[in-house]
Amino acid sequence: MGVEIKVEHLSKSFGKQLIWGDVTLTVPAGEICVMLGPSGTGKSVFLKTLIGLLKPDQGSILIEGTDIATCSEKDLYEIRKLFGVLFQDGAMFGSMNLYDNVAFPLREHTKKSESEIHEIVMEKMDLVGLLGAEDKLPGEISGGMRKRAGLARALVLDPEIVLFDEPDSGLDPVRTAFLNQLIVDLNAQIDATFLIVTHDINTARTVPDNIGLLYHRHLAMFGPREMLLSSEEPVVRQFLNAQRVGPIGMSEEKDADELAAEKDQELPPLPPIPLQLDPSNGMPRRSQRPPGEWCRENGVTPPPGSFNENMSMAVGG
Amino acid sequence: MSSITASRALAPVGTAGKLFAFGLDVMRGMFRRPFQMREFIQQAWFIASVTIIPTALVAIPFGAVIALQVGGLIKQFGAQSFTGSAAVLAVVREAGPIATSLLIAGAAGSAIAADLGARKIREELDAMMVLGIDPIQRLVVPRVLACMLVAFFLNGLVSVVGVSGGYVFNVVLQDGTPGSYIASFTALAQLPDLWQGMLKALVFGVIAAVVACYKGMNAAGGPKGVGDAVNESVVVTFMLLFIVNFVMSAIYFQLVPPKTG
Repeated sequence: MGVEIKVEHLSKSFGKQLIWGDVTLTVPAGEICVMLGPSGTGKSVFLKTLIGLLKPDQGSILIEGTDIATCSEKDLYEIRKLFGVLFQDGAMFGSMNLYDNVAFPLREHTKKSESEIHEIVMEKMDLVGLLGAEDKLPGEISGGMRKRAGLARALVLDPEIVLFDEPDSGLDPVRTAFLNQLIVDLNAQIDATFLIVTHDINTARTVPDNIGLLYHRHLAMFGPREMLLSSEEPVVRQFLNAQRVGPIGMSEEKDADELAAEKDQELPPLPPIPLQLDPSNGMPRRSQRPPGEWCRENGVTPPPGSFNENMSMAVGG
Repeated sequence: MSSITASRALAPVGTAGKLFAFGLDVMRGMFRRPFQMREFIQQAWFIASVTIIPTALVAIPFGAVIALQVGGLIKQFGAQSFTGSAAVLAVVREAGPIATSLLIAGAAGSAIAADLGARKIREELDAMMVLGIDPIQRLVVPRVLACMLVAFFLNGLVSVVGVSGGYVFNVVLQDGTPGSYIASFTALAQLPDLWQGMLKALVFGVIAAVVACYKGMNAAGGPKGVGDAVNESVVVTFMLLFIVNFVMSAIYFQLVPPKTG
């Protein structure tokens, strides 16, 4: 039923360069969260810190009572069995074909017979639409297929937490839409905790239950999807609506002059909040909240046209 | 400013310490079960296949050049009967382990560093750790053991091929007497020479594999990083091997008194 990840006052720097500091958030059990941020704000570093591949300088990451930041190597390997991770490029083992890649965690960690393994592997390959490609080597297939194979491998041990490192980078829009649907369906099916790192706005707007935004070496905001999508906070608003006007510049944050020049510019109105992606069987997920509930509870008026069935998916529309 | 200079000056010490710590991790990993038999056999086969022929080809001229050098010199002393013994001493004690280690470092070490480096930058090693598998136990330990095994046997190969090369050279080209070449084998050489040669080969195999794995697993910065890692691993291994070879030889001479003909 998913596991909660509790991050407290986390800081990480490389040498003297602070990547992000004092990040505090709780990824609720069984929900889908998206971590957003401009390129180079350490989203992938954040993900790697969560699985203990990088040690944070300060703070704690609590998963089932174990602090990933300080626990022993042995506990770390133990706790990692709860995780499934989809790496940016799939990170398939180049010397094995896809079947062996997906079967690898089962062979290493379970005492299942080869026929049981075959059954599980085929089921997961079917799930990601790779049936028939089992004998291919990772070098022989496209980036999108590698990514889906990586997802199959991440899911094979029935993880409680699934982390996605930019699942949509390098995929065409159709495949991205399929992948997003797959993510939602998976969450409905296995109830694991999902954390997606991305900068695809469309994914961020329609898939998650919660959104976080990393910006300028800190966590700018983390909360329910509707809270961020209806937020007037300049950074959140600029990023989630892909606008040029706002504090984020081309290379880093804009300087005072640029901000002053923009001061009188009229901000474009907030686009309507789209409906959340439903699982393909139409049954709402356990962690899914009815559209507009958060806005009603907190007395926030959503932008006009929100939660409309046939609203266009386009950003900024 | 001073702190920057200090940290720069101390950086090699830090690297040496990390390499040593990595070596200790590998030692610890060797005793952890399950042992990766498959990987070990595959690696041993692979390393043997890339090193056997070059080693043999290096050993022949090695033996010949020793016969040439020693043969000329020894003739002036009028001690031709000891040519065979000198060749055995030189090949078994020094040339064997050194030639073995150069090939293990050059052929096997570079292949290991490139392989692990590529896995590192493709995030395969990260993926492995995330899947709850320790790459040191899964990948490094079998490689180190395979290197040791192959180095051990290659050392035997070099000894045999080098001594026979010297024999052919001495008998056919330098008009040496076949009987006296073989008869003098044991005049100066003794059994402990062979043991120390084998021990050296084992130690060199460990060093070459540990350095190659360390460099490969710490490759950074894309494909160029892999190239750098391979390059550094070969250079570092060579330097370490020659130093360790000297130390081991010095200790050996202290422990085992040379045989007087």
